Amino acid sequence: MALKNDSEIRYSNPVEFHGMKCQIPYVTMEKNSFKRVDDGEKQDTMSPTMSPISSPPSSPSNYQRVPLTYGYGKLRSGMDQIHAAPYEARQLALQQEGPTSGSHGPKPTRRQTSLIRSLSVEREPQESNSNYPDDPWRITEEQREYYINQFKSLQPDLSSFISGSLAKNFFTKSKLTIPELSYIWELSDVDCDGALTLPEFCAAFHLIVARKNGYPLPESLPQTLQPDYLQSAFLKPKRDCALFDSYSESMSVNQQPRDLNRIEKTSLKEKVDLTAPAQDVNIDDKPALKISSMDEAMPKDVSVDTAAKPGLLPPPPALPPRPFVSQVLHHNTSNDSVSQPKPPGQLPSYSDFRLLEQTDQVSEIELHPQLTRTPSQTEESGSPVKKDLPPSKPIRRKLRPENQIMENQEPPSSVSGPSTVPIVKPHAPVQKQSSKQKKAIQTAIRKNKEANAVLARLNSELQQQLKEVHQERIALENQLEQLRPVTVL
Amino acid sequence: MAVCIAVIAKENYPLYIRSIPAEHELKFHYTVHTSLDVVDEKVSAMGKALVDQRELYLGLLYPTEDYKVYGYVTNSKVKFVMVVDSSNTALRDNEIRSMFRKLHNSYTDVMCNPFYNPGDRIHSRAFDNMVTSMMVQGC
Repeated sequence: MALKNDSEIRYSNPVEFHGMKCQIPYVTMEKNSFKRVDDGEKQDTMSPTMSPISSPPSSPSNYQRVPLTYGYGKLRSGMDQIHAAPYEARQLALQQEGPTSGSHGPKPTRRQTSLIRSLSVEREPQESNSNYPDDPWRITEEQREYYINQFKSLQPDLSSFISGSLAKNFFTKSKLTIPELSYIWELSDVDCDGALTLPEFCAAFHLIVARKNGYPLPESLPQTLQPDYLQSAFLKPKRDCALFDSYSESMSVNQQPRDLNRIEKTSLKEKVDLTAPAQDVNIDDKPALKISSMDEAMPKDVSVDTAAKPGLLPPPPALPPRPFVSQVLHHNTSNDSVSQPKPPGQLPSYSDFRLLEQTDQVSEIELHPQLTRTPSQTEESGSPVKKDLPPSKPIRRKLRPENQIMENQEPPSSVSGPSTVPIVKPHAPVQKQSSKQKKAIQTAIRKNKEANAVLARLNSELQQQLKEVHQERIALENQLEQLRPVTVL
Repeated sequence: MAVCIAVIAKENYPLYIRSIPAEHELKFHYTVHTSLDVVDEKVSAMGKALVDQRELYLGLLYPTEDYKVYGYVTNSKVKFVMVVDSSNTALRDNEIRSMFRKLHNSYTDVMCNPFYNPGDRIHSRAFDNMVTSMMVQGC
């Protein structure tokens, strides 16, 4: 549903749409350029090529950005032009593009983006093994946990495989086309055994989520999604954070605490500060979450901005208790995950389509401040993924208003100094709300889990029946072949 | 250097066919189609019990002045037909066999994809890349 909203947002606004249109080709091109950028070469060459195509001036600068973030940046940059400055600022920040922000120029946030730019430049060489904050192909911790939970729902043994048919049914629910799913499978099943191990599954899931969020699929499996990379990543869950801090020391270290403060405080922060660069800071915080969240965020942001932080959704209940989480979320889209500690922006996207197939409303409604509703809804939806979905989806929806807040926060946070003061006030009430919501969410989660278990059992039974029918069919076909005349080969 | 590679399903319709250069595509399509008769002839000549690699590789189906046609059939009666240019210093039999083996492996990888329905045309990019490499280099 969040996805729907995003798409709606995207296409409802013609200006946006055009911007998006312009952006999309860039994104693909950027991706290629990204790869090169990753290699740390030809950044400049790419930007000139991009410039003619990219409507937003920032696009060339975006190009130089680190990979994928670049794509994000482009979208953002296009959007930015269309939308208010604060929106742009936020996005720019997300992309951590110095140049892009620079192209936008006038905004004060640019200064910060310039900082980011320098950081990004530093990062690029480090990229090889470090985490690009904006790398959409990098799996964050929250995402990884989500994927692992999904894996468990299909196959309790984490060291074993998910069979092809099982995975097929699961991924088909994502509503992507079969050729795209086939291609994603091809990318992620590196040993071509027709089954997915946990890292392969995570890579496939991540690609699906990215695709759902509008990212074009890569030509080859990104290095951050390789099974061996993921295997090692699983062993070091905090790696992203560590790396992140290490290379973004100037920015991230300072920013993170600032962001944390910011998020907590600025949830209600005035929208006036939107113009602040804060975005840049946010990006540093949580690189990988961007994928879905960013995409979602973008349209949402746009809509939000255009709607003047409208009451599209009921006012966000409270900031998430964890500033860290909120930051990340806020990163992503400042829409989604902010409220929810667990699901990263991406989760919601996946869950969105899961939900779509089952109960669209569930996730959305669930996490709304009215937690009471969630239990009923979760039972209705009963999707196996629900437990994750409800938190993520509602978060997203609700996050809109929160996002706005977050957005507001972001700009101010980047500025940090003066903005923090006003932020402190709203923080306290927000926390109370968040704790209440937490409890409600937890109960909802439990109920959803039960419903999921029931549905999973039912699903497995149906699968077995299907297999038996298949086997019968194969046997009948064999008989038919034998009965055919020998000359027909 | 293979100039045309085709994968034919058991029911003798093409699952994948690609040829270079493009202007002779129709000619190669026709060649492959006519070679199917030769394939059937060879397969029926063999006993049904023969399953080892040698039987999978059918060898030279028939030569013309411009090119040679090689065939390979899998256990599920999926046929691979390869047309190579005669002007290229004749590729040794072993090379042709290795090319077919690679084809077969790639085809198996395509089959492993649960989203691939047996009988559909093959759209796998990995398969395309492998075929392209074979046509360009003659592996």
